[in-house]
Amino acid sequence: MNGIHDMGGMQDMGAIQREKTEPVFHAVWEGRIYAMSNAVQGTGKLKLGLRPPMENIPPLDYLRISYYEKFYVSITERLVASDLLTREELQRGTPDPGSKKSDLALSPSAAVAAMMKNPPTRRDLPVAARFQVGEIVRARNINPATHTRLPRYVRGKSGEIVRDHGVFVFSDTSVYGQGEKPQHIYSVRFAARELWGQQAAPQDSVYLDLFDDYLETV
Amino acid sequence: MTTTRRDLLGTALTVAGVAVTPKLIHASDHHDHGEHDHQDVPSDPALRVKALESLLVAKGLVDRAALDALIDVYEHQVGPRNGARVVARAWVDPAFKARLLEHGTAAVGEFGYSGNQGADIRVVENTPTVHNVVVCTLCSCYPWPVLGLPPVWYKSAPYRARAVIDPRGVLREMGTEVPPDVEVRVWDSTAEQRYLVLPERPQRTEHWSEEKLADLVTRDSMIGVAKATVPGTQT
Repeated sequence: MNGIHDMGGMQDMGAIQREKTEPVFHAVWEGRIYAMSNAVQGTGKLKLGLRPPMENIPPLDYLRISYYEKFYVSITERLVASDLLTREELQRGTPDPGSKKSDLALSPSAAVAAMMKNPPTRRDLPVAARFQVGEIVRARNINPATHTRLPRYVRGKSGEIVRDHGVFVFSDTSVYGQGEKPQHIYSVRFAARELWGQQAAPQDSVYLDLFDDYLETV
Repeated sequence: MTTTRRDLLGTALTVAGVAVTPKLIHASDHHDHGEHDHQDVPSDPALRVKALESLLVAKGLVDRAALDALIDVYEHQVGPRNGARVVARAWVDPAFKARLLEHGTAAVGEFGYSGNQGADIRVVENTPTVHNVVVCTLCSCYPWPVLGLPPVWYKSAPYRARAVIDPRGVLREMGTEVPPDVEVRVWDSTAEQRYLVLPERPQRTEHWSEEKLADLVTRDSMIGVAKATVPGTQT
Protein backbone atom coordinates (compact mmCIF):
# COMPACT_ATOMS: atom_id res chain seq x y z
CA MET A 1 0.00 0.00 0.00
CA ASN A 2 1.21 3.47 -0.83
CA GLY A 3 0.97 4.50 2.81
CA ILE A 4 2.80 6.76 5.21
CA HIS A 5 4.89 3.79 6.40
CA ASP A 6 6.64 3.71 3.00
CA MET A 7 8.96 6.57 3.94
CA GLY A 8 12.10 5.96 1.94
CA GLY A 9 13.14 9.13 0.13
CA MET A 10 11.04 11.64 2.06
CA GLN A 11 12.94 14.71 3.27
CA ASP A 12 10.64 16.63 5.56
CA MET A 13 10.60 14.53 8.72
CA GLY A 14 12.94 16.71 10.76
CA ALA A 15 16.18 16.02 12.59
CA ILE A 16 17.18 12.60 13.88
CA GLN A 17 16.75 12.63 17.67
CA ARG A 18 19.19 10.43 19.57
CA GLU A 19 19.28 9.61 23.26
CA LYS A 20 22.71 9.29 24.80
CA THR A 21 21.90 6.25 26.91
CA GLU A 22 18.67 4.62 25.93
CA PRO A 23 16.88 1.97 28.03
CA VAL A 24 15.53 -1.14 26.32
CA PHE A 25 12.02 0.01 27.25
CA HIS A 26 11.10 3.55 28.31
CA ALA A 27 8.10 2.38 30.33
CA VAL A 28 6.87 -0.91 31.74
CA TRP A 29 3.90 -1.02 29.35
CA GLU A 30 6.22 -1.02 26.32
CA GLY A 31 7.76 -4.31 27.40
CA ARG A 32 4.34 -5.75 28.29
CA ILE A 33 2.76 -5.02 24.90
CA TYR A 34 5.80 -6.21 22.97
CA ALA A 35 5.87 -9.43 25.00
CA MET A 36 2.10 -9.89 24.52
CA SER A 37 2.55 -9.55 20.78
CA ASN A 38 5.29 -12.20 20.73
CA ALA A 39 3.50 -14.52 23.19
CA VAL A 40 0.30 -14.53 21.14
CA GLN A 41 2.19 -14.85 17.87
CA GLY A 42 3.95 -17.87 19.38
CA THR A 43 0.64 -19.75 19.55
CA GLY A 44 0.70 -19.94 15.75
CA LYS A 45 -3.03 -19.14 15.65
CA LEU A 46 -2.92 -15.63 14.21
CA LYS A 47 -4.31 -15.33 10.71
CA LEU A 48 -2.99 -11.85 9.98
CA GLY A 49 0.62 -10.65 9.87
CA LEU A 50 2.18 -8.09 12.22
CA ARG A 51 2.64 -5.31 9.71
CA PRO A 52 -0.63 -4.88 7.76
CA PRO A 53 -2.54 -3.46 10.76
CA MET A 54 0.30 -1.04 11.47
CA GLU A 55 0.32 0.06 7.84
CA ASN A 56 -3.45 0.66 8.03
CA ILE A 57 -3.13 3.16 10.85
CA PRO A 58 -4.33 6.51 9.44
CA PRO A 59 -1.31 8.67 8.55
CA LEU A 60 -1.82 11.38 11.16
CA ASP A 61 -2.00 8.76 13.90
CA TYR A 62 0.86 6.74 12.43
CA LEU A 63 3.16 9.74 12.75
CA ARG A 64 1.88 10.74 16.18
CA ILE A 65 1.82 7.46 18.11
CA SER A 66 4.90 5.63 19.34
CA TYR A 67 6.41 2.40 18.09
CA TYR A 68 4.94 0.34 20.90
CA GLU A 69 1.50 1.90 20.54
CA LYS A 70 1.59 0.51 17.00
CA PHE A 71 2.15 -2.93 18.54
CA TYR A 72 -1.01 -2.39 20.58
CA VAL A 73 -2.97 -1.64 17.40
CA SER A 74 -1.44 -4.59 15.60
CA ILE A 75 -2.00 -7.28 18.22
CA THR A 76 -5.60 -6.25 18.89
CA GLU A 77 -6.43 -6.20 15.17
CA ARG A 78 -4.72 -9.56 14.64
CA LEU A 79 -6.64 -11.14 17.51
CA VAL A 80 -9.95 -9.84 16.16
CA ALA A 81 -9.10 -10.94 12.61
CA SER A 82 -8.23 -14.40 13.97
CA ASP A 83 -11.55 -14.77 15.85
CA LEU A 84 -9.73 -14.93 19.17
CA LEU A 85 -11.15 -11.65 20.49
CA THR A 86 -14.24 -9.58 19.77
CA ARG A 87 -14.48 -5.81 19.53
CA GLU A 88 -17.08 -5.90 22.28
CA GLU A 89 -14.59 -7.61 24.59
CA LEU A 90 -12.00 -4.98 23.76
CA GLN A 91 -14.43 -2.17 24.51
CA ARG A 92 -15.60 -3.73 27.76
CA GLY A 93 -12.31 -5.20 28.97
CA THR A 94 -13.81 -8.55 29.99
CA PRO A 95 -14.55 -11.78 28.09
CA ASP A 96 -17.95 -12.11 26.45
CA PRO A 97 -20.41 -13.64 28.92
CA GLY A 98 -20.59 -17.38 28.41
CA SER A 99 -17.49 -17.52 26.20
CA LYS A 100 -15.19 -20.48 26.71
CA LYS A 101 -11.72 -19.84 28.14
CA SER A 102 -8.97 -20.67 25.67
CA ASP A 103 -6.09 -23.03 26.47
CA LEU A 104 -3.75 -21.40 23.96
CA ALA A 105 -1.62 -19.41 26.46
CA LEU A 106 2.01 -20.51 26.19
CA SER A 107 4.07 -21.32 29.29
CA PRO A 108 7.14 -19.12 29.93
CA SER A 109 9.54 -21.66 28.41
CA ALA A 110 7.29 -22.33 25.41
CA ALA A 111 6.84 -18.60 24.77
CA VAL A 112 10.60 -17.97 24.81
CA ALA A 113 11.27 -21.02 22.63
CA ALA A 114 8.62 -19.92 20.11
CA MET A 115 10.10 -16.43 19.89
CA MET A 116 13.61 -17.78 19.43
CA LYS A 117 12.61 -19.88 16.47
CA ASN A 118 9.91 -17.60 15.05
CA PRO A 119 8.31 -19.56 12.19
CA PRO A 120 11.02 -19.59 9.55
CA THR A 121 9.96 -18.13 6.24
CA ARG A 122 12.70 -19.87 4.24
CA ARG A 123 11.46 -22.84 2.20
CA ASP A 124 13.63 -25.68 1.00
CA LEU A 125 11.73 -26.07 -2.26
CA PRO A 126 12.96 -26.50 -5.83
CA VAL A 127 11.45 -23.26 -7.11
CA ALA A 128 13.17 -22.01 -10.27
CA ALA A 129 14.90 -18.64 -10.10
CA ARG A 130 13.72 -16.31 -12.87
CA PHE A 131 16.86 -14.19 -12.61
CA GLN A 132 20.58 -14.81 -12.28
CA VAL A 133 23.32 -13.03 -10.36
CA GLY A 134 24.80 -10.32 -12.59
CA GLU A 135 21.56 -9.75 -14.50
CA ILE A 136 20.11 -6.24 -14.81
CA VAL A 137 16.46 -6.15 -13.78
CA ARG A 138 13.77 -3.56 -13.26
CA ALA A 139 11.53 -3.27 -10.20
CA ARG A 140 7.97 -3.45 -11.52
CA ASN A 141 5.71 -0.44 -11.35
CA ILE A 142 2.97 -2.01 -9.24
CA ASN A 143 0.81 -0.29 -6.66
CA PRO A 144 -1.00 -2.90 -4.57
CA ALA A 145 -3.37 -1.43 -1.98
CA THR A 146 -2.31 -4.23 0.38
CA HIS A 147 0.93 -5.17 2.19
CA THR A 148 4.04 -5.20 0.02
CA ARG A 149 7.78 -5.06 0.57
CA LEU A 150 8.49 -3.23 -2.65
CA PRO A 151 9.04 0.38 -1.60
CA ARG A 152 7.75 3.11 -3.88
CA TYR A 153 11.17 4.64 -4.37
CA VAL A 154 12.52 1.72 -6.42
CA ARG A 155 9.50 1.03 -8.62
CA GLY A 156 10.38 1.43 -12.27
CA LYS A 157 14.11 1.64 -11.46
CA SER A 158 16.78 -0.72 -12.75
CA GLY A 159 19.40 -2.50 -10.73
CA GLU A 160 21.75 -5.48 -10.73
CA ILE A 161 21.11 -8.81 -9.04
CA VAL A 162 24.09 -9.32 -6.73
CA ARG A 163 22.95 -12.33 -4.70
CA ASP A 164 20.23 -14.97 -4.67
CA HIS A 165 19.10 -15.47 -1.06
CA GLY A 166 17.07 -18.59 -1.85
CA VAL A 167 13.37 -19.38 -1.61
CA PHE A 168 11.05 -17.69 0.89
CA VAL A 169 7.37 -17.38 1.63
CA PHE A 170 5.90 -14.42 -0.29
CA SER A 171 4.86 -11.96 2.40
CA ASP A 172 2.39 -10.07 0.18
CA THR A 173 0.03 -13.07 0.30
CA SER A 174 1.16 -14.98 3.39
CA VAL A 175 0.45 -12.12 5.83
CA TYR A 176 -3.22 -12.42 4.90
CA GLY A 177 -3.28 -16.22 5.04
CA GLN A 178 -3.65 -16.27 1.25
CA GLY A 179 -0.96 -18.82 0.50
CA GLU A 180 2.81 -19.04 0.72
CA LYS A 181 3.62 -18.59 -2.98
CA PRO A 182 7.28 -19.52 -2.28
CA GLN A 183 9.78 -17.72 -4.50
CA HIS A 184 13.34 -16.42 -4.65
CA ILE A 185 14.48 -13.26 -2.92
CA TYR A 186 17.40 -11.45 -4.53
CA SER A 187 19.69 -8.76 -3.26
CA VAL A 188 19.43 -6.03 -5.89
CA ARG A 189 21.89 -3.14 -6.13
CA PHE A 190 20.50 0.17 -7.35
CA ALA A 191 22.93 2.97 -8.17
CA ALA A 192 22.11 6.00 -6.04
CA ARG A 193 21.92 8.11 -9.21
CA GLU A 194 19.39 5.72 -10.76
CA LEU A 195 17.17 6.37 -7.74
CA TRP A 196 17.85 10.03 -6.99
CA GLY A 197 19.50 11.57 -10.03
CA GLN A 198 22.62 13.64 -10.26
CA GLN A 199 22.46 14.97 -6.70
CA ALA A 200 23.57 11.54 -5.44
CA ALA A 201 27.24 10.58 -5.24
CA PRO A 202 28.24 8.63 -8.37
CA GLN A 203 29.74 5.65 -6.52
CA ASP A 204 26.97 5.20 -3.91
CA SER A 205 24.22 2.60 -4.03
CA VAL A 206 21.20 1.21 -2.21
CA TYR A 207 20.64 -2.54 -1.83
CA LEU A 208 17.18 -4.04 -1.44
CA ASP A 209 16.00 -7.62 -0.99
CA LEU A 210 13.25 -8.13 -3.55
CA PHE A 211 10.95 -11.04 -4.31
CA ASP A 212 10.90 -12.59 -7.77
CA ASP A 213 7.36 -11.24 -8.34
CA TYR A 214 8.63 -7.67 -7.89
CA LEU A 215 11.06 -7.86 -10.80
CA GLU A 216 10.99 -7.90 -14.59
CA THR A 217 13.58 -8.16 -17.32
CA VAL A 218 14.84 -4.90 -18.75
CA MET B 1 -9.09 -8.27 6.96
CA THR B 2 -11.96 -6.26 5.64
CA THR B 3 -11.49 -3.84 8.49
CA THR B 4 -11.97 -0.31 7.34
CA ARG B 5 -9.74 2.46 8.49
CA ARG B 6 -12.59 3.85 10.51
CA ASP B 7 -13.03 0.58 12.41
CA LEU B 8 -9.33 0.40 12.97
CA LEU B 9 -9.16 3.89 14.37
CA GLY B 10 -11.92 3.04 16.80
CA THR B 11 -10.20 -0.10 17.98
CA ALA B 12 -6.80 1.44 18.01
CA LEU B 13 -7.71 4.30 20.19
CA THR B 14 -10.35 2.94 22.50
CA VAL B 15 -10.38 -0.15 24.63
CA ALA B 16 -12.17 -1.29 27.72
CA GLY B 17 -14.30 1.80 27.55
CA VAL B 18 -11.23 3.99 27.62
CA ALA B 19 -11.45 6.88 25.22
CA VAL B 20 -7.88 7.47 24.28
CA THR B 21 -8.27 10.53 22.15
CA PRO B 22 -11.59 11.88 23.31
CA LYS B 23 -11.23 14.97 21.17
CA LEU B 24 -10.77 12.95 18.02
CA ILE B 25 -13.20 10.13 18.52
CA HIS B 26 -15.81 11.32 20.92
CA ALA B 27 -16.02 15.07 20.57
CA SER B 28 -18.97 14.82 18.21
CA ASP B 29 -20.62 12.12 20.34
CA HIS B 30 -20.40 14.50 23.20
CA HIS B 31 -22.35 17.15 21.36
CA ASP B 32 -24.88 14.75 19.95
CA HIS B 33 -25.51 12.76 23.09
CA GLY B 34 -24.71 14.86 26.13
CA GLU B 35 -24.77 11.72 28.29
CA HIS B 36 -21.68 10.24 26.69
CA ASP B 37 -19.28 10.11 29.53
CA HIS B 38 -15.61 9.41 28.94
CA GLN B 39 -13.96 12.41 30.46
CA ASP B 40 -12.89 10.77 33.71
CA VAL B 41 -11.21 7.86 32.03
CA PRO B 42 -7.45 8.19 31.74
CA SER B 43 -6.04 7.94 28.28
CA ASP B 44 -2.48 6.83 28.59
CA PRO B 45 -1.15 3.72 26.91
CA ALA B 46 -0.08 2.18 30.21
CA LEU B 47 -3.71 1.76 31.20
CA ARG B 48 -4.81 0.48 27.81
CA VAL B 49 -2.04 -2.11 27.84
CA LYS B 50 -2.85 -3.13 31.39
CA ALA B 51 -6.51 -3.57 30.45
CA LEU B 52 -5.55 -5.65 27.42
CA GLU B 53 -3.23 -7.84 29.48
CA SER B 54 -6.00 -8.55 32.01
CA LEU B 55 -8.40 -9.35 29.20
CA LEU B 56 -6.03 -11.73 27.41
CA VAL B 57 -5.20 -13.49 30.69
CA ALA B 58 -8.91 -13.85 31.47
CA LYS B 59 -9.47 -15.30 28.00
CA GLY B 60 -6.65 -17.81 28.44
CA LEU B 61 -4.59 -16.36 25.57
CA VAL B 62 -1.63 -15.13 27.61
CA ASP B 63 0.21 -16.25 30.74
CA ARG B 64 1.62 -13.34 32.77
CA ALA B 65 4.72 -15.35 33.69
CA ALA B 66 5.43 -15.87 29.98
CA LEU B 67 5.42 -12.10 29.47
CA ASP B 68 7.89 -11.72 32.35
CA ALA B 69 10.14 -14.35 30.74
CA LEU B 70 10.07 -12.65 27.33
CA ILE B 71 10.84 -9.24 28.83
CA ASP B 72 13.79 -10.77 30.65
CA VAL B 73 15.16 -11.96 27.31
CA TYR B 74 14.89 -8.48 25.75
CA GLU B 75 16.32 -6.70 28.77
CA HIS B 76 19.05 -9.09 29.87
CA GLN B 77 19.85 -11.78 27.32
CA VAL B 78 20.10 -9.99 23.99
CA GLY B 79 21.75 -6.70 23.17
CA PRO B 80 24.64 -5.10 21.29
CA ARG B 81 27.14 -6.90 23.51
CA ASN B 82 26.31 -10.04 21.49
CA GLY B 83 27.16 -8.34 18.22
CA ALA B 84 30.32 -6.83 19.72
CA ARG B 85 31.60 -10.31 20.56
CA VAL B 86 30.95 -11.46 17.00
CA VAL B 87 32.78 -8.43 15.55
CA ALA B 88 35.78 -8.81 17.88
CA ARG B 89 36.10 -12.49 16.91
CA ALA B 90 36.05 -11.53 13.23
CA TRP B 91 38.83 -8.99 13.87
CA VAL B 92 41.17 -11.58 15.39
CA ASP B 93 40.19 -14.75 13.51
CA PRO B 94 40.36 -14.53 9.69
CA ALA B 95 38.74 -17.95 9.21
CA PHE B 96 35.77 -16.90 11.34
CA LYS B 97 35.54 -13.61 9.48
CA ALA B 98 35.37 -15.45 6.16
CA ARG B 99 32.55 -17.67 7.48
CA LEU B 100 30.76 -14.65 8.91
CA LEU B 101 30.77 -12.75 5.63
CA GLU B 102 29.72 -15.80 3.60
CA HIS B 103 27.13 -17.35 5.93
CA GLY B 104 26.23 -14.79 8.56
CA THR B 105 23.44 -16.78 10.18
CA ALA B 106 25.55 -19.90 10.71
CA ALA B 107 28.61 -17.99 11.94
CA VAL B 108 26.55 -15.99 14.42
CA GLY B 109 24.98 -19.30 15.47
CA GLU B 110 28.44 -20.43 16.64
CA PHE B 111 27.87 -18.04 19.56
CA GLY B 112 24.40 -19.45 20.17
CA TYR B 113 22.68 -16.32 18.85
CA SER B 114 19.68 -17.03 16.66
CA GLY B 115 15.97 -16.69 16.36
CA ASN B 116 13.08 -14.42 15.57
CA GLN B 117 13.92 -11.54 13.29
CA GLY B 118 17.51 -12.69 13.05
CA ALA B 119 16.49 -15.84 11.21
CA ASP B 120 18.68 -14.78 8.28
CA ILE B 121 21.58 -12.53 9.21
CA ARG B 122 23.84 -11.02 6.59
CA VAL B 123 27.08 -9.34 7.62
CA VAL B 124 28.58 -6.58 5.45
CA GLU B 125 32.14 -5.35 5.90
CA ASN B 126 33.38 -1.78 6.13
CA THR B 127 36.78 -1.22 4.52
CA PRO B 128 38.93 1.84 3.73
CA THR B 129 36.95 2.17 0.47
CA VAL B 130 33.41 1.01 1.41
CA HIS B 131 31.09 2.26 4.16
CA ASN B 132 27.89 0.28 4.85
CA VAL B 133 24.81 1.59 6.66
CA VAL B 134 21.58 -0.24 7.50
CA VAL B 135 17.98 1.01 7.53
CA CYS B 136 14.46 -0.39 7.24
CA THR B 137 12.39 2.19 5.35
CA LEU B 138 9.11 0.24 5.58
CA CYS B 139 9.13 -0.62 9.29
CA SER B 140 11.95 -1.37 11.72
CA CYS B 141 13.62 -4.67 10.74
CA TYR B 142 16.72 -5.16 12.87
CA PRO B 143 19.07 -8.11 13.65
CA TRP B 144 17.91 -8.47 17.23
CA PRO B 145 19.76 -11.66 18.27
CA VAL B 146 23.00 -9.72 17.83
CA LEU B 147 21.91 -6.14 18.60
CA GLY B 148 18.87 -6.46 20.88
CA LEU B 149 15.85 -4.25 20.27
CA PRO B 150 16.35 -1.22 18.00
CA PRO B 151 16.84 2.27 19.44
CA VAL B 152 14.07 4.82 18.98
CA TRP B 153 15.97 6.82 16.36
CA TYR B 154 16.34 3.74 14.12
CA LYS B 155 12.54 3.35 14.10
CA SER B 156 11.91 7.07 13.67
CA ALA B 157 10.54 8.74 10.55
CA PRO B 158 13.54 11.05 9.94
CA TYR B 159 16.03 8.16 9.81
CA ARG B 160 13.83 5.81 7.79
CA ALA B 161 13.01 8.56 5.30
CA ARG B 162 16.43 10.08 4.66
CA ALA B 163 18.90 7.21 5.06
CA VAL B 164 18.29 6.04 1.48
CA ILE B 165 18.18 9.41 -0.29
CA ASP B 166 20.89 11.24 1.67
CA PRO B 167 23.03 8.70 3.54
CA ARG B 168 26.05 11.01 3.66
CA GLY B 169 23.94 13.80 5.15
CA VAL B 170 22.43 11.44 7.72
CA LEU B 171 25.85 10.11 8.68
CA ARG B 172 27.21 13.65 9.00
CA GLU B 173 24.25 14.61 11.17
CA MET B 174 25.07 11.62 13.37
CA GLY B 175 28.73 12.54 13.61
CA THR B 176 30.39 10.48 10.88
CA GLU B 177 31.90 12.15 7.83
CA VAL B 178 32.43 9.74 4.92
CA PRO B 179 35.18 10.96 2.55
CA PRO B 180 34.05 11.60 -1.06
CA ASP B 181 36.24 8.80 -2.42
CA VAL B 182 34.64 6.19 -0.17
CA GLU B 183 31.64 4.29 -1.56
CA VAL B 184 28.49 4.33 0.58
CA ARG B 185 26.26 1.25 0.47
CA VAL B 186 22.84 1.55 2.07
CA TRP B 187 21.10 -1.71 2.98
CA ASP B 188 17.33 -1.27 3.12
CA SER B 189 16.25 -4.48 4.85
CA THR B 190 12.95 -4.97 3.08
CA ALA B 191 12.45 -8.74 3.25
CA GLU B 192 13.62 -11.57 5.47
CA GLN B 193 17.32 -10.59 5.62
CA ARG B 194 18.69 -8.70 8.63
CA TYR B 195 21.94 -6.78 8.30
CA LEU B 196 24.88 -6.31 10.64
CA VAL B 197 27.82 -4.07 9.73
CA LEU B 198 31.32 -5.34 10.47
CA PRO B 199 33.09 -2.07 11.32
CA GLU B 200 36.76 -1.48 10.60
CA ARG B 201 39.16 -2.47 13.38
CA PRO B 202 40.68 0.66 14.87
CA GLN B 203 44.40 1.20 14.38
CA ARG B 204 46.92 0.59 17.17
CA THR B 205 44.96 -2.35 18.59
CA GLU B 206 47.24 -5.05 17.13
CA HIS B 207 47.97 -6.80 20.41
CA TRP B 208 44.59 -6.36 22.03
CA SER B 209 42.64 -9.35 23.32
CA GLU B 210 39.32 -10.26 21.74
CA GLU B 211 37.54 -9.30 24.96
CA LYS B 212 39.17 -5.88 25.11
CA LEU B 213 38.44 -5.29 21.42
CA ALA B 214 34.74 -6.00 21.99
CA ASP B 215 34.61 -2.93 24.23
CA LEU B 216 35.35 -0.77 21.16
CA VAL B 217 32.39 -2.11 19.21
CA THR B 218 29.36 0.12 19.71
CA ARG B 219 25.81 -0.60 18.62
CA ASP B 220 25.91 2.38 16.27
CA SER B 221 29.06 1.07 14.60
CA MET B 222 27.23 -2.19 13.82
CA ILE B 223 24.31 -0.28 12.26
CA GLY B 224 26.85 1.70 10.27
CA VAL B 225 26.09 5.21 11.54
CA ALA B 226 29.39 5.39 13.44
CA LYS B 227 32.85 3.88 13.44
CA ALA B 228 34.20 1.61 16.16
CA THR B 229 35.58 3.53 19.12
CA VAL B 230 39.18 4.67 18.69
CA PRO B 231 41.25 3.67 21.76
CA GLY B 232 41.73 6.55 24.16
CA THR B 233 38.59 8.38 23.06
CA GLN B 234 36.05 6.48 25.16
CA THR B 235 33.79 8.70 27.17
